[in-house]
Amino acid sequence: MIKNIIRNRSVAFKLILFISGSTTIIFLLIFWVTYKFSRDMIEKNVEKNAQNLSNSTVNKIESVLCTVKKIPENMTYFLENTAFTKKETLNLIRMIVKNNKEIYGSTISFEPYAFDKNSLYFAPYCYKKDNKIEFSYLGSDSYRYFYLDWYQIPRELNCPQWSEPYIDVGGGNILMSTYSVPFYEEILGKRKLKGIVTVDISIEWLREIISSMKILNSGYTFLITKNGTMVTHPIKEFIMNETIFSIAEARKEQNLREIGRKMIKGESGFVPFKDVETGKQYRMYYTPIPSTGWSLAVLFPLDEFMADIFRLNYILALLGVVGLTLLIIGIVLISKSITKPLHAMAVATEAIGKGNLDIELPPAQLGDEVGKLTESFRYMKKSLKEYIQKLTETTAAKERIESDLRIASEIQASMLPRIFPPFPDRKEFDIFAVMEPAKEVGGDFYDFFFVDTNKFCFLIGDVSGKGVPAALFMAILKTLIKMEAQRGFSPAEVFSRINNSIVTENETSMFATLFCVLLDIETGEVEYSNAGHNPPFICTASNGVKYVDVPKGFVVGPMPGIKFENKKMILKSGDAFFLYTDGVTEAMNPEEQMFSEKRLKDTLDKLKEKKTEDIIHAIREDIKLFVKESIQSDDITMLALRFKGKAD
Amino acid sequence: MIKKFLISIIVVSIMFCKICVCAERVKKTSLLPLWEPQAQFAGYYVAYEKGIYKKYGLDVTIIKGGPDYPPDQWLEKGKVDFAIMWLSAGIQQRFSGVRILNVGQIIQRSALMLVAKKSSGIKSPKDIDGKKVSLWDGLLRLQPIAFFNKYGLKVKIIPQSYSVNLFLRGGVDVVSAMWYNEYHTILSSGINEDELVGFFFDKHELNFPEDGIYTLEKTFQKDPALSLSFVKASIEGWKYAFEHPDEALDIVLKYMRIAGIPANRVHQKWMLDRMKDIILTDNDYTGIGILKQSDYDRVASELKKNSLVKNIPNFEEFFVSHDKKYNKK
Repeated sequence: MIKNIIRNRSVAFKLILFISGSTTIIFLLIFWVTYKFSRDMIEKNVEKNAQNLSNSTVNKIESVLCTVKKIPENMTYFLENTAFTKKETLNLIRMIVKNNKEIYGSTISFEPYAFDKNSLYFAPYCYKKDNKIEFSYLGSDSYRYFYLDWYQIPRELNCPQWSEPYIDVGGGNILMSTYSVPFYEEILGKRKLKGIVTVDISIEWLREIISSMKILNSGYTFLITKNGTMVTHPIKEFIMNETIFSIAEARKEQNLREIGRKMIKGESGFVPFKDVETGKQYRMYYTPIPSTGWSLAVLFPLDEFMADIFRLNYILALLGVVGLTLLIIGIVLISKSITKPLHAMAVATEAIGKGNLDIELPPAQLGDEVGKLTESFRYMKKSLKEYIQKLTETTAAKERIESDLRIASEIQASMLPRIFPPFPDRKEFDIFAVMEPAKEVGGDFYDFFFVDTNKFCFLIGDVSGKGVPAALFMAILKTLIKMEAQRGFSPAEVFSRINNSIVTENETSMFATLFCVLLDIETGEVEYSNAGHNPPFICTASNGVKYVDVPKGFVVGPMPGIKFENKKMILKSGDAFFLYTDGVTEAMNPEEQMFSEKRLKDTLDKLKEKKTEDIIHAIREDIKLFVKESIQSDDITMLALRFKGKAD
Repeated sequence: MIKKFLISIIVVSIMFCKICVCAERVKKTSLLPLWEPQAQFAGYYVAYEKGIYKKYGLDVTIIKGGPDYPPDQWLEKGKVDFAIMWLSAGIQQRFSGVRILNVGQIIQRSALMLVAKKSSGIKSPKDIDGKKVSLWDGLLRLQPIAFFNKYGLKVKIIPQSYSVNLFLRGGVDVVSAMWYNEYHTILSSGINEDELVGFFFDKHELNFPEDGIYTLEKTFQKDPALSLSFVKASIEGWKYAFEHPDEALDIVLKYMRIAGIPANRVHQKWMLDRMKDIILTDNDYTGIGILKQSDYDRVASELKKNSLVKNIPNFEEFFVSHDKKYNKK
């Protein structure tokens, strides 16, 4: 369908379609590769950037956390190796709170009865309040510190722990986290938990570090705890109130939940992320803060860091469109310059086709293909004109010859006796003959004439070759035979004499077969001779149709001194001679079978009683029936004579 | 002019009379929920906000609740007319001599449950044997202990405070949780539901219905209609909350903000959805407020088994239904 539509379009259309089509494909391919390659490159850069930014931030945080961690860790060393008094313990924590500005409070909390056998709780707590250092004892029925996270988790896990951050309402609404380190004592060689040392630190500085991270213009960061709780986030309501999972649940973002799970497992990653609410696309890099197990996420807005690529793409697309337009204009111009002379040629060709060979061809373009085509066309036109002229002349000549031939044929026909009955007053015999030439003029002939009052001569002949030469040769033969016969020679003598007279001037080596009969119409005696002709048939009442017993004899014409023989026989009344040429027996049907002598003989058998004219017409019809639509290839000549004897 | 003046006098008088009648009918009363505002008490806040209490002729004051407001003591001292308490706490208080009545058993199915991570190898009760289990104190231990006894499990009990962090960090294998609260906190901390296995006590023939409405016997006797109206209005409040969850959540979140409590809508939505599950156990509203004697007997006998009560208070004296057909005279 499409193929057909294209096939019928102009060259310009096809050029535009295929060239601009393939150029567009190539352009798009380049465009896509460029886009993909540059996007990958930029994304890799962004990832590296995010990684560096996050790592440096994490390192900054870690360095602070590690310093803070050292303090309670060092304290446990003293607590495990020195037996402190109550006063010394209090001094120790007071010093720690006093000398470390990051530390807002500290406690050394002991296991039940571990410090004093008489007291369930012993947990002196030193904290800053209004720039003064305050003191209190933790532990009461309403504050059973053993069961609180800051104590219980490190106790059960036997390792230091950062607590989930909490907002210290009493201390000015600042975000705090408590680092708890368990310490032990040896009892009977067994390590047994003695208590937990904690320091409370503000993590406001951490919030500040993270909040101050600048991620392009609209990027942002957030920090989650091990539980996924938001510690920092540009949306204030999320902070300490939502976890990444509750946000995912509220927004129905399964992807965010999966990211959150990886984050709290301490994994790092660079993932695409789409904000469901704003529809904005980001690339998110997340990495853990090793000390606390919290996780930092940095979100790069796709539209911003891809802005350069988008601009590049815009320019590329613009260039592509402009280039393609120019290309199409170029193709249109070039194809017009090609098709315009072609179109003119097409018009000229049509005119030439209609026979106007004098039409002016368009001027030849320089040396290009169209110019060459025009030149060839001009040459063709010239040749065609000459050829047609020659053809006209030849045709005229041919027509002249054909007209001559037609006349010759008429002359030839008029040379043979064609009026039947030829001698209406002679009742002794009945004669009929036909000659149908294959071409305009034939080489067959027949003749009959009276030699004297009683002697009647009839003959048949076939000249080699056809056409005018054969006709002329035949005319000579016919004249010579009649001339010699009328001088009283027997048929054999006639043959020898004409042979000798022909041979001397026969340069074309033409020859003829002849059969000549001399009939005495009084007696019925016949004398006949044969010069290489088909033996005729004789139909008698007693014997039916038979071949005439012919004497030997060669054809007339090729060489001098040939001897011919005469034979004689007596005809009874009713006997008939039938003479014919090979055009009868060799008439071909489409199956290339010949009419044959046998068929001729059989046909004659059926016709022997008839009048000679009827016999010949019937045989002619039989031949026509036999050959069907085949073209006659040879002259067909037949002559029949029935002897009736004297009328009385 | 005079005509107009007279008409307005008549209109004003009619309105005044109406106000008088209303003022006469409105009864002042108060409610103390078991805890701070949250979806666990959505029905009461909704009944108040949507004027359902008012419709029943009640002017209710809902007290904020929280750790400083123990309902049993407030009720005993008569500081409040109605309080929300667990059935087990109610029975124990009645036994200890405080003449309180259960006038409406709201929660029908216990939400207390045990939760474990599948990764700790726990799939069925027997897998808990020998594991570390954190349990809340007091009456909240009743069901877990009965559960362990039922399956003959020996466990290491760790006292549990307010958070589930010890469980999240792997300090214990099994944690107590309220289905409508801590269970969702665990999910919101990044553990998927299919990574958890939960043991609901009602699935182990240990159903202890929880929140119910309690009042002093003398308060009830003074004005039985007040108590019954209060219960009916509260049930209607719950019905409204379940049928309009978004509106109910808005109301709950508003009260949480007023009380200065961090409000997380997803969490409250989960809580309201679970409240519907444990209140509408038969999926209809006819069962709300009814205390089944079988539930009462189960809880009471478990209390007695643990020597928390010496004898079981009479069910008929303990529970008064707002629906008259349940009250035997």
